[in-house]
Formats: sequence, structure tokens, C-alpha cells
Amino acid sequence: MSKTISYGPARLLPGEQIRISTNPDTEPFWQAAKEHRLTACQCARCGHFRMPPTPYCPECSSTEKVWPTLPGTGTVFSYVVCNKNPKNGEDFIYVPVVVDLDGAPGARLNANVTGCDAEDVHIGMKVTVEWTDIQDGWVLPNFRKV
Amino acid sequence: MAWAHQDKTAIVGVGATDYYVRGKSWPRTINDMAGEAILKACADAGISIKDVDGFSYYSTAGAGYLDKFDTASLMETLGMPHVSFSATLTSGGGGCVGAIGLATAGLMNEDCKYAVTVMALQQLPQHRLGVVFGAAAPSPENSFLQPSGLVGPGHLMSVLARRHMHLYGTTQDAFGEIVMATRANTHNRPKAVRKAPLTREEYETSPMLADPLRRLDFCLETDGAVAVITTTMDRAKDCRHKPAIVHACAHGGQREWGRAFAWMGMPDPHFASSGHKFTADRIWAQSGLSAKDMDVALLYDHFSPMVLMQLEDYGFCEKGEGNDYVLGGKIRYDAATGRGVNGGVPVNTHGGNLNEAYIIGMTHVVEAVEQVRGTAINQVTDCEFALASGGPASLPVSSLILRNA
Ligand SMILES: [Zn+2]
Repeated sequence: MSKTISYGPARLLPGEQIRISTNPDTEPFWQAAKEHRLTACQCARCGHFRMPPTPYCPECSSTEKVWPTLPGTGTVFSYVVCNKNPKNGEDFIYVPVVVDLDGAPGARLNANVTGCDAEDVHIGMKVTVEWTDIQDGWVLPNFRKV
Repeated sequence: MAWAHQDKTAIVGVGATDYYVRGKSWPRTINDMAGEAILKACADAGISIKDVDGFSYYSTAGAGYLDKFDTASLMETLGMPHVSFSATLTSGGGGCVGAIGLATAGLMNEDCKYAVTVMALQQLPQHRLGVVFGAAAPSPENSFLQPSGLVGPGHLMSVLARRHMHLYGTTQDAFGEIVMATRANTHNRPKAVRKAPLTREEYETSPMLADPLRRLDFCLETDGAVAVITTTMDRAKDCRHKPAIVHACAHGGQREWGRAFAWMGMPDPHFASSGHKFTADRIWAQSGLSAKDMDVALLYDHFSPMVLMQLEDYGFCEKGEGNDYVLGGKIRYDAATGRGVNGGVPVNTHGGNLNEAYIIGMTHVVEAVEQVRGTAINQVTDCEFALASGGPASLPVSSLILRNA
């Protein structure tokens, strides 16, 4: 039963169909993304990383945040192979991945991965950030197989 | 330490509408169906709706995910003279069996005498539950999830299932066995939506919707309503049926699970789990019991892998051994003996959300009640303890043990 299905290339969902919203806690992440700079929310007091960005550090309750520039690489922690574009239901192979971010232990991003066939995506796969223009002038971090 | 309210309350009435395939309940309204379930639960308990003076909801008093229950509206249409307890657990379906603990809180505080817990679910074509995450404009929080195209619960659950397969060698065969084993319990249930026996071949040709999960790994989408009535043990003695005694009940969960698959930040081993370890440990501590003491397990089965992960979190098997436990036939119900198979505890003798109906967990409560009453269609012989669960989902999730009288 565990026959591998041949899906073909893993694609990124089209940026023009993607919207985000921000608030003062999350906006620095997205402003950095506009500059193609991958960051994560880090506590300025104790150094703990948290994503998504939230008002308080869950470790020390500080509200002081820093936004270090990360290497932009990471490791696939888990994933799912999807086959329909969620906006219109048309056939579309994409692979949502949960990525452990290098340089930010404990912080993860949920994104799409490309640069390989969907059936070749695997847990532990190394990826590097790839920027996708989305609606309203924002930029979304996706990933490409290294 | 034993729970202070152990065996102090009981579920005394259950009521349900027919179960409709998604969208087929129209032109009934949500309050029409909720009212039918509540009135049937009163009749089953042998009390009048005029006696009911408490509401104990879950899912933030949601009716499905888009409608809301309102106590005043229900009082208005049902003619209830007064209400002295009206409360809800937060989040979604995870609180389903925990609502019985909330009812117990209201009863033990002498706020109310009879508390009703109700869920109704109706999907109109423009309100598709399966894409409820995707339909919403992304909040700042959800902007870290939705753009990845993780738009339905099935997508999200598949990510957890994939991690479990990676860590423990869990197979899709086990997911298939969960669907087939629980389907085997619906052929004799008149109200079940899926009654035809399921072959392995049919399972394996079911469309892959979110690899590794197939359509048949997803629960049904059902319209309908279910209500249950909880009261104190002294009042329960005057009701029509043997009380289904509330022996232990807990809701909540731990930070490592948190928002769960709406977050994806869970560390191992919580990521590839059902998030039920915390409430499982609480009900075992409350009762002094363990999984092996349960006669039947009604496990919230919105997606088949979550049955496997709950088996681990409740301790029916060790963490990582769910695959072998399931494939050993141990969740099956043997109709000939009325018992489990190969030393296992029968799971979802009503067919569950996968096969009977999905009313956000309430059908599991009904089955638990019928099992400890001794009136279940697929009755477990000498059923003393029934476990029921709500979730896995964003916290709170919940756990309940009912005991026979
Ligand atoms: Zn800190």
C-alpha cells in the first residue's frame, strides 16, 4: 500500500492569490521579508525564539524583541503533498512544508517547497529560502530544495 | 487523588436528529434541529424541558463552525422558564466531552438542576466546513499558516501523520485498518451514513486528498443535532434509564501542544501526537484507572491517524506502537462475544465520525452512554467503563469516563 505516487514537480502556490495581514507584533517579520531578509522573532532579554511573533516571550515574559538576520536555510520537519489549488480547486501539485529554521532553534515556518518532484520531498531535507511576491506588495518566504 | 466530583453526576438523557449528508438538512434550521435533539433528550430522561435550567456548551457555543447557539433564543423557542447556568468551553470540538465536566461544575455549584449539552451542525453550500480555514481572511496569526496552502483540517492533520510515519514507521495500512475496523460496526445501525462494509481494495483506491491521507481517512461531513442531559446522582435515580455516571472528566492540555496544527510549533514527541496526554493523565489520576480498565473507547476520529495517536496518548499501547497495535486487530469489536479482539479494547463501536456521523464529537458521548446503560446496538458485554474523547484540536481537548450504575 505504500507505493509512491508520481506527482511531478512541486510548485509554489501563485503569489497573486495569496494575502496576509499584519499587526504590530508581526509586522517586522514581513517588513524584513520585503527586503528578502529572513528573520524570526527573538527575545531581546533571554534569546528565546518564537514564531509566529507574539507580544510576550513565553520563557521570561519580556516584550522586548530583536529580529536577527537568519542564514535563510532550514530543514523540512514535516510536510504534506496536496494536489488541488485551494483557491479554485484545479489540479495543482504543491507541498506545504514545516521548516525548522537554521539559526533560530525552536522557530518554524510553514511554506511551500519547490525545486524537486513532490514525491522526493522528505523529512530532513535541506532547503533554502525563495521569495514570492504576493498581494499588496508583501513578500512571502517559500523554500527551494538545496 | 480521586476527583472530588467522582460519581456525583450522571448523563440521564440523550437525543439526536437523523444524520443528514452535508447540506441535506435544509430547509430545517439549526435551532429546529437543536430543539429536536434537546426535546428528545428530555423525553429520554423522563423530564420536561421546563425542568432544564442549565446550558453547558463547548466550541465557544458554536453550532458547527459558523452558527452560534444563544441561550436566550433557545429558551424563547423551547419555553424554558428560567436558566441559572449558561457557560461554554472555548475553542472547538476538542471540548466536546469536557462539556460534561462543565455541566458537573454547574450542578455541583448548585447553579442548576439539569444541564443540557447540545451540538448542531448544518452546512449550506456557501459554508463548506472542510475549507473553513481557507475561507477566512487570514488573521495576522493565520498569515503564518494559510499562505502555505494548508487550508483544511485534513491538510493540517496529514502533516502530523507524516511526522508519525517518519518517527515510528507507522504505515498507511494502519490508517486503513482504523477505517475498515470501525466501518464494520455500522452495517446494523439504521442512522449511520456509511453502512456498506469496506474492503482493503476500496480503501486503497480512495482518492489521495492530502498525501498520506485518503478521502476515507477524513470523517464524514454531516448535518444534524445531538443533545445530552446531565444531572446530579440523586435526581438521576428518578430518571427513566440507568444513569451513565460521570466517573472522571478533564479538559485542557499543555503548552507544547497549544494551538497544535494551527501553529505547527510543537516539539517532538508532541508534534506526532493527539495532544491528549495531559487530559488522559488527568482522568487516570482522577479515577485510579488506566486504559486496560476501559471496556470500550469512543475516540474522536475526525481523521483516522488521530485514533492511532490517541491510542498511544491514553496508554492503550506505548508511544510509537500504535501501528502494530492497530494492525494486530486490537481496535475491533467482536459481535459474537461482545468483546475486543486479541486482547484489545473495542474502539468506536458506533462507527465514529468516519462512518456513522460527524456531529463534532457528540455521537461519541451518546455511544458511551448507551454502552454503560447496556443498550448499545453493538453492546460490549458487561460494559462498566466507557472512555470518550474530544479533539484532537487546539486546546482545550477533553477526556471523559462514564461508569455503569
Ligand atoms: Zn525571553
